Formats: sequence, structure tokens, C-alpha cells
Amino acid sequence: MTDQNKKDITLTINGRDYDLTVDPRWTLADVIREHCHLTGTHIGCEHGVCGACTVLLDGEPIRSCLMFGVQADGKQIRTVEGLAKDGKFHPLQEAFMETHALQCGFCTPGFLMLATGILEKQPDISDAELEELLSSNLCRCTGYINIVKAVQTVRDKIGRDQMRTA
Amino acid sequence: MKPASFTYHAPATIDEAVALLGLHAPDDGRILAGGQSLVPTMAFRLARPGHLVDINGVAGLDRVERVGDDLIIGACVRHAAFHQPVLDGPLGAFLSVVVRDIAHYPIRQRGTFCGSVAHADPASEWCAVTAMLDATIVAQSTRGERLIPVAEFFQGVMTTSLEDDELLREIRLPIPADDTRFGFCEFNRRAGDFAIAMAAVSYRVENGVMTNPHVAIGGAEDRARRINDAEQALAGKPPGPDAFLAAADAAAAAVDPMEDHATSAKYRRDLVRTLTRRALEQAAQ
Repeated sequence: MTDQNKKDITLTINGRDYDLTVDPRWTLADVIREHCHLTGTHIGCEHGVCGACTVLLDGEPIRSCLMFGVQADGKQIRTVEGLAKDGKFHPLQEAFMETHALQCGFCTPGFLMLATGILEKQPDISDAELEELLSSNLCRCTGYINIVKAVQTVRDKIGRDQMRTA
Repeated sequence: MKPASFTYHAPATIDEAVALLGLHAPDDGRILAGGQSLVPTMAFRLARPGHLVDINGVAGLDRVERVGDDLIIGACVRHAAFHQPVLDGPLGAFLSVVVRDIAHYPIRQRGTFCGSVAHADPASEWCAVTAMLDATIVAQSTRGERLIPVAEFFQGVMTTSLEDDELLREIRLPIPADDTRFGFCEFNRRAGDFAIAMAAVSYRVENGVMTNPHVAIGGAEDRARRINDAEQALAGKPPGPDAFLAAADAAAAAVDPMEDHATSAKYRRDLVRTLTRRALEQAAQ
């Protein structure tokens, strides 16, 4: 397809604006990685099953491989690179390390963004509900128990306001 | 894999959207709403549409509202909109129960009610719900508006009576009486998987017996549909194990189950029996 098919868009990722010219067929995941050079968002299955590419779109966790970058024009996006602040890890990142919630780390950015989106909206989420929502993403190393523990730890330690400013 | 090239259109009005669809339908032009089924299909290159008409920016399509005796669900209403009841009464509560069985939370943030019905995967929860409720599908094209009863809409696996140039603009769910009881039960091997079978039921209880029973089965056959034999087994009977078992047996006998490498027809038929009974029991609680 010729370049005249391309569209000019602006993505706001972790508070920074990216002015881009994109081919409509590029998924948001590819645009974030290849054109914004934020490679913390991982691409696993590329068809919406594994959740490794989960990012927050206007505050809600979504699969960035299942929407086109052109559709995110003007939207607020948050990726794993936006979690740590001033050289300090986000409480979820700390908890993942403390409870051994990752081994190879490939699924971790997706789980962190999924958990961030869940806890910001539902800081008092029940254990059963949390397990149900965390079943959205796949991990082949940990057996999930430690991921659930990590998110429970953060839920039990800090409230909604602190999640937002963390 | 990566989707093949296509031309992207982002109309702002329904008129613009159907004009673009009409123009590009011959070149496999399609509507893009939530994209949670279409985009993976494109990633596998099973679909290579030449044009996508993205309706996410079309004003008004994200409305879900009561109009008269119908609940109107616009083409861009996401599954997640149903996490909380969208209206008071048993229907809103029922939809908020069913939605939790649809895929996973992040998928429900993007996928749409109408898109799921237009896609017509036999395992779609909303297809079973629209069939059970006798929904009306509203299709729009440059030729005008067309109302399609759901019983005439589903024609087979991922096949509907929607024409290539028609946009599924909205779905109208008849709002049943306030004392209507609902039940929904599906089976899959892991949370979020496609259902192997599901049952959606409703009935009222008047003078101690069931009236206006609806029983729909999804996931088992090539399309979701109401099962008349099962409904006949309920009508005029008191709610309880005898009538529920008779209806469950009737549903199991009436279906013509699909088979695949992991699931025999006999297994699906057994599931239909069990799920129908459980859905009826749930409605009685």
C-alpha cells in the first residue's frame, strides 16, 4: 500500500506526546514498540490470547495487539515504562520482586498493567474476583500463585489514592 | 502474524458510515467496532478486508437506553457496559451475570454486544441471549433501515442474514415483566474459553405454574436458537425438579450438536441436558 494510505496521529504515552505517521494495519502494540521505541510492552501470541501486550487505554486494560494504532489517536496510554517514578519502582513492581511473581519476565509487563488497571478501579476487590480477572493473562513460569499474592499484597497495603499517585 | 494492508475510514455519522460501507462492500469492506474477533482473524490472514469502516467515532452508537418496552443497545456499546446493571429490574441483573462469562476483562473493555451478534459465533453468549429474548436486529444501509427478527438473523456458523452493505446499527431487547425469572449457565474447560454449550432461560410464575417460558441453547449447534420442545415441557407446570428435568431431556433430544476433535456430539448433548437444568434451577432461586 502506498504512503498516501498512512495517517497522522498523536499518541499520549505515559504523559508524553508522540506525533506519528502510521500505516492503518499496524497494531497499537507494534506502534508502541517499533515507532515509539517503548519495548517494555511485549508481544506474545499476537491474537489476543496471552495478554503480554496489555496496556492501559484511558485507564482500562486492553490488548494492544487487538486494536490498530490509528484507533488510539488522541487517547491516553500507559505502559510498563510509566510505572516507576523518580527512580523508584511502583508498589506492584516491588511486590512482584518480593513474592517471586516472575521468572522469565516475558508476561510481567502485561500482568503489571492488568493489575494496575484493576486495583485503580477496584482497590477493595475480593480474592475470588481478583483471581478471575488475573486469569485474563498467561504465565508459563510461576503457576500464577505468586502473581495473585503480589497483587493481593499491594491491595492490602495501600489504598486507591496511593495506587494512582504511586 | 500482522494484518494485511487496508484503507482506513473513520466516519463521524451513521450516514457517512453506511455510505462508505456501501461503496466499499464489493471490495470486502467491513465495519470495525470492538475488533476483538475481527483483528485476530486479520492477524491470521483469514480475513483480508480491503477497507475498514471504523464506527468508534460515530456519535450516538455507544448509547444503551430504555425506549418504551425495549432496551436499545447501540453498535458501539462494549461488553463492559453490562458489568453493572444497565437498567433496574431482572433483565439488567441478568445481563450483568451473563457478561462475566464473556472472554476476559480486557477483551470486554473493547468488544461490543452488537459486534458479537454480527459475528455470530455459535459460542457467543450474546447470541444465546438475543435468541432467548426474541430480540430485533436493526440493520441500516444507504437503502434504508431493516428490522430483522433474531430467529431469521442467525443462519449458521458466523453466518447471518445481514447484507454486505448493512451496518448492524442497534439491537432491541424486549424488556420482560418485572417478575420474570432468568437463568444462564455455560460450560467451558477454562475461564474465558469459548463455551462448549450454554443455556439461557426465562419464565414467569403465575398461580403456581410457569408461564411464557423461553429456553435458548447456544454453543451446541451451528447457531443459537430457542428450543420449543423444552419450553412446552415447562409451560403450565409448577417450577421444580420434575418440569426442569423434563425440559432438560427435551432440549437434549432436540439439539443437533456440532462435533470437533475434542468434543463428541454425545458429550455436547449431555452438557445441554445438564446446563438447561442448572439454568432453570438458577432461575427458580
